Amino acid sequence: MAIRLSSRDEADLGGANGPGVRFAMSILARMADVSGAATLLDIEGAHIDSSLYQGPATLEFAERLAMGGARVRVPTTLNVSGVDVAGWREWAVPDAWAEAARRQMEAYERMGCAPTWTCAPYQTETRPRFGAHVAWGESSAIVFANSVLGARTERYPDLLDICCAIIGRAPATGLHLDEHRVGELLVDLSALPVRLTRDSSLYPVLGHWIGGVAGDSVPVLTGLDARPTEDDLKALGAAMATSGSVALFHWVGVTPEAPDLATALGGRDPAIRVRATLDTLRAARDDLGGGLSSDDRLDLVVLGSPHFSLTEFAVLADRVRGRRKHPDVRLLITTGHAVKLLAREAGHLSAVEAFGAEITVDTCILTSPMLPPEVGRLMTNSAKYAYYAPGLLERAVAFGSLDDCVESAVAGRVVRDDTAWTP
Amino acid sequence: MKGRALVPGRATGRVLFAREPLSFWGGYAADTGELIDRRHPLAGRNAVGTVLVIPSTRGSSTTTAVLLEAIRHGTAPAAIVTRGPDRFLALASIAADELYGRPIPILALESADFERLAGAGEVRIDVDGTVSPAS
Repeated sequence: MAIRLSSRDEADLGGANGPGVRFAMSILARMADVSGAATLLDIEGAHIDSSLYQGPATLEFAERLAMGGARVRVPTTLNVSGVDVAGWREWAVPDAWAEAARRQMEAYERMGCAPTWTCAPYQTETRPRFGAHVAWGESSAIVFANSVLGARTERYPDLLDICCAIIGRAPATGLHLDEHRVGELLVDLSALPVRLTRDSSLYPVLGHWIGGVAGDSVPVLTGLDARPTEDDLKALGAAMATSGSVALFHWVGVTPEAPDLATALGGRDPAIRVRATLDTLRAARDDLGGGLSSDDRLDLVVLGSPHFSLTEFAVLADRVRGRRKHPDVRLLITTGHAVKLLAREAGHLSAVEAFGAEITVDTCILTSPMLPPEVGRLMTNSAKYAYYAPGLLERAVAFGSLDDCVESAVAGRVVRDDTAWTP
Repeated sequence: MKGRALVPGRATGRVLFAREPLSFWGGYAADTGELIDRRHPLAGRNAVGTVLVIPSTRGSSTTTAVLLEAIRHGTAPAAIVTRGPDRFLALASIAADELYGRPIPILALESADFERLAGAGEVRIDVDGTVSPAS
């Protein structure tokens, strides 16, 4: 199918606006064709995951655009980088790797992207308005933008997000269009005991399970009397976007496109119905933390995927004030530099640092080769860290709530409160 | 059988088949071509030079970058076949074409044809999207 291009699209493609723009437009037009889009639509903003250094090819891609004179045409934020520029020497990042990652960061800054360096830009930056078309990369940010903010973004892969930002346009397809935003899979939560809502790990566990059954469909959650916070919804969505490819979920009475069940389902019967039970979620919880058992010794407790928020710092400060972590375990929090600054101003950081926590900004343990070899046993409250660490980092992982992580950091071994999860 | 060539090209290779979607980020080692997602049925297998047949990608938006690195490094599959179009894989191959002039074929099959590749041996993929036994 031939895509319909505007006269400016044609000029971009013909090279009238420089080789960088032509390169971006060529990729965008070919991808619009792959997606079956009839045309491109204007976007209001972008969030770029491509800035993440993966190796020489991602660097060459970035420099091809930047040296070709390409600049973003819409307000654009940057996802996590490969290095904490100020703090990487405190960890195990190789010099050559840090240098290449920095070069790639500079290429994206030269293209006019804001150096936000966070996977959760919605925590500190201007949020897209309800209904705004944007082109976001980073699976956990995509699902938040669509589901919690009601903005409209496809799942943009690395490399395409920056092309959209440079052109200011995106293929008119997928979640940009009304018909793809209605729920397809009904997730009935009514069989879950209400006590689970008092355990913060419910949300990543639920997301881990839903992602596995939903694939890339749009799930609609209903039937649980819960008041999830934005941090809970962040954890829920990130987990769904990890075990599955969920880019949009609705929660009846919670998220903005789901005032009631009929609206969330677009007035149709759901194609599939599933029912969450305590047993299914217990299995999902065990699957996330299968690498270690209770009482196993720990090397590291790590929090902050997606990046730790200001409210999470407030909760953590409250839990650890006046306490001290075990000397044999490190506690690492990954966040963005903007949230760290806010946490310091709010007074949360002093308590967290006095407890013995270390803070790494603008990257994370999955995107920077920062963990030294002697750190082999991790515990986290993040479904995303728990899911990826065994394969990407070859580390054993335990999973628990934020409270479990704090108690484990104090004990130096895996401590989990199973009360809410016991039948 | 014939699929839609999202990125057309020719390739021959042994079929590596799974019914589980795969995230290349955290699932594919770009320096070796090994499948490293321990939850995936192909974990531990090496995909270099094979025709990798999976329903789709999943999860991370970094999948595209990982495949691009593998193509540059010479550790990518010879071709990838999916059930329905997968934009993430197509983009990696398009970017490899634009950057290095070295795309790999990316092919989308209908469900019934996809299933017929379970247990297949060596296959040849042609520019028009035809898949046939290699011998």
